[in-house]
Amino acid sequence: MSRRTPAAVGLAVLGLAMAGCTSTAPVDAGAGGPITVAAADDACDVSTTEAPAGTISFDITNGGSKVTEFYLYATGGRIMGEVENIGPGLSRQLIVEVPEGGEYETACKPGMVGDGIRGAFTVTGSAQRSVDTDTRLAEATAGYQRYVNSQVEALVPKTQEFVDAVVAGDVEGAKALFPIARTYWERIEPVAESFGDLDPRIDGRDDGEPGVEFTGFHRLERDLWQDGLQPDSTAIADMLMDDITELANRVPSVELTPLNLANGAKELLDEVATGKITGEEDRYSHTDLWDFRANVDGSQGAIAALRPVIDERDPALGPLLDERFAAVDALLENYRDGDGFVLYTALTPDDIKAMTEAVDALGEPVSQVAGVVSS
Amino acid sequence: MSAFSRRRLLGWTGAGAAAVGVGAVAGCAAAPAAPGPAQRVVPFRGEHQAGIVTPAQDRLHFVALDVITDDREELRALLQRWTAAAERMTAGAETTPGGATGGNPNSPPDDTGEALGLPAASLTLTFGVGASLFAKVGLDPSLVPPGLAELPRFAGDQLDPALSGGDLCIQACSDDPQVAVHAVRNLVRMGFGTTAVRWSQLGFGRTSSTSTSQETHRNLFGFKDGTNNLKAEDPDGLRDQVWVPADARPAWLAGGSYLVARRIRMHIEIWDRTSLVEQEVIIGRTKDEGAAFGAAAEFDPADFAATDETGAPRIAVDAHIRLSSAESLGGVRILRRGYNFVDGSDGQGHLNAGLFFIAFMNDPQAQFVPMQRALSTKDVLMEYIEHTGSAVFACPAGLGEGGYWGQSLFEA
Ligand SMILES: [Cu+2]
Repeated sequence: MSRRTPAAVGLAVLGLAMAGCTSTAPVDAGAGGPITVAAADDACDVSTTEAPAGTISFDITNGGSKVTEFYLYATGGRIMGEVENIGPGLSRQLIVEVPEGGEYETACKPGMVGDGIRGAFTVTGSAQRSVDTDTRLAEATAGYQRYVNSQVEALVPKTQEFVDAVVAGDVEGAKALFPIARTYWERIEPVAESFGDLDPRIDGRDDGEPGVEFTGFHRLERDLWQDGLQPDSTAIADMLMDDITELANRVPSVELTPLNLANGAKELLDEVATGKITGEEDRYSHTDLWDFRANVDGSQGAIAALRPVIDERDPALGPLLDERFAAVDALLENYRDGDGFVLYTALTPDDIKAMTEAVDALGEPVSQVAGVVSS
Repeated sequence: MSAFSRRRLLGWTGAGAAAVGVGAVAGCAAAPAAPGPAQRVVPFRGEHQAGIVTPAQDRLHFVALDVITDDREELRALLQRWTAAAERMTAGAETTPGGATGGNPNSPPDDTGEALGLPAASLTLTFGVGASLFAKVGLDPSLVPPGLAELPRFAGDQLDPALSGGDLCIQACSDDPQVAVHAVRNLVRMGFGTTAVRWSQLGFGRTSSTSTSQETHRNLFGFKDGTNNLKAEDPDGLRDQVWVPADARPAWLAGGSYLVARRIRMHIEIWDRTSLVEQEVIIGRTKDEGAAFGAAAEFDPADFAATDETGAPRIAVDAHIRLSSAESLGGVRILRRGYNFVDGSDGQGHLNAGLFFIAFMNDPQAQFVPMQRALSTKDVLMEYIEHTGSAVFACPAGLGEGGYWGQSLFEA
């Protein structure tokens, strides 16, 4: 949730180029032809683990029973390309530009959760001799914009499912969907918060401020967990859906800079430290660890997009960030419960201290990134 | 939602507007902080660590840290960075040159800046290691000094694990609380990811003098406490009681000392309802002058054999000064360096206050343990106090040129 003031400066409108997007149309696959990926609930068989730099195509077929996703990652978890929402029995294609040789990773994510089934992938040679700094920075923001877009693409239908359950009076169903829909919101919270009018409506908390109507996720959370559905719960749910739809329409106009990414990555960890570790955010549902996970994901998404610039300018910082993100990941895994997490109320003071230490440890190097990318 | 957010300026919008403000701030604050008057700088390097026999400053910020890595090299690198920053800060400088405002305006400053313009204010930073450190970073168990053996449980102990122990400690003492807090805050920040704060304590009003040049101050019970303390001007006493001998094993602690810390909560309101005569009998001293019963002035020697007209000991058999005296402890003394503390109120309307007892010695089992055992079982003062925290650390000898905190241990 935001305690921030509405944006004082108008947002410049920027047509968002959907670089690296997925396509179902047949495409000339370039050198070597498409690589096939046989995805299953417990397997991710990639037909070859090596390809020359340039345009690389993957044909993914989901032979499993769960909806899956396919990713190609570079160092530090930077997403080179991804295909989401591949239903059972369906095939999709991922075409991705990989200009530089090196070690990459493929991943299928059956059920669309967790780290997925990973595999090493080597790209040989180089399609681009030298990449100047401006190009790298532009690639970073474009890459992060792709990330934001993919989250918004999931946020809209997941919020719709949640809203539908509320409208149908399905309290248990809505409770189960609440932390899932919020995951996509929390991953891109700094971008969402840049819309100073939408953020308080969508994610405001009941802080008793006179004259401010309490709406959005947390109002429905209170109804579902504490007060029971109210006469206006349906109206609140519909308004949430309208606001999320408007957010999705406006996100492509956000103008990003590398500094925004760096500061956004840090803000997400600040959110964790002040809202999630304290159990303050989801005070009725206690699903704070879902939000925690999502904030860290979002922070990592922004840092990963900047990774080539970081590696160029401060070679020691990237590995340190990897290590500290991994430490937070490992810690959170201890609190997994099925596809989600234990409730905040199940945590002991020692658990909370361990989380605080891990986030402090991560926050310091993340706070250095803005200086590195702006130097 | 607050009416104004500093973060918004640097956030997702308005970056151009923000840059103007940031640049202006950096521009006018670029001048380096003036160094403090030389006489208030305590040398950082020397035969022994500063902050032990250094004339006790008035303010304390003590922190006990847990090491959260098992990578010894990572810890060693931190100790080297800490040493460089500590040496600069004790000289009245920022943690790094230009650290507070001279860096990239888009980066958080290296130095947090609240000591800018303040003099060194006699800042000393004293470093120690706890018994729990060794296994954690795979140091040879034979390097654990005997003095780090666990203290026995004393009668009446109400120790809170959250206020006890620690793998490392840093004692910051200064004449200015802001200087001490700045030092600890910056060292803690440098350690994030390698160390984490276990507990910390702020103190004010030194309760003992460690130099004959100092007056004896009073504790929160209003008594002079530390009249008979070991003093810097008594090298033989320090050699026998405080410094670990050169031929001791393990050798890495030679020339160092042990620090015993006890957080002692005082039940102030109860004490304040106690009559003056009872207060004085419990302590064994007069409240105004601080003289032992039967003596005229504070520094007159206490005569523990003296009796009154009824034949009873003039200084009661359970008086605080008798139980803690070298005479009743077979010649044992310690160098006390405690501070008063008030951590606000306790939620029941009582001061959460007391004495943060720090003492240096070369054998805690032979010095602190018998003293505390005598006090915990016989001292009437125990009715008014409670020990709530406890820790023992080994503080290595002082650093030569180029040396870093813990070097003798890590390169042993
Ligand atoms: Cu929020």
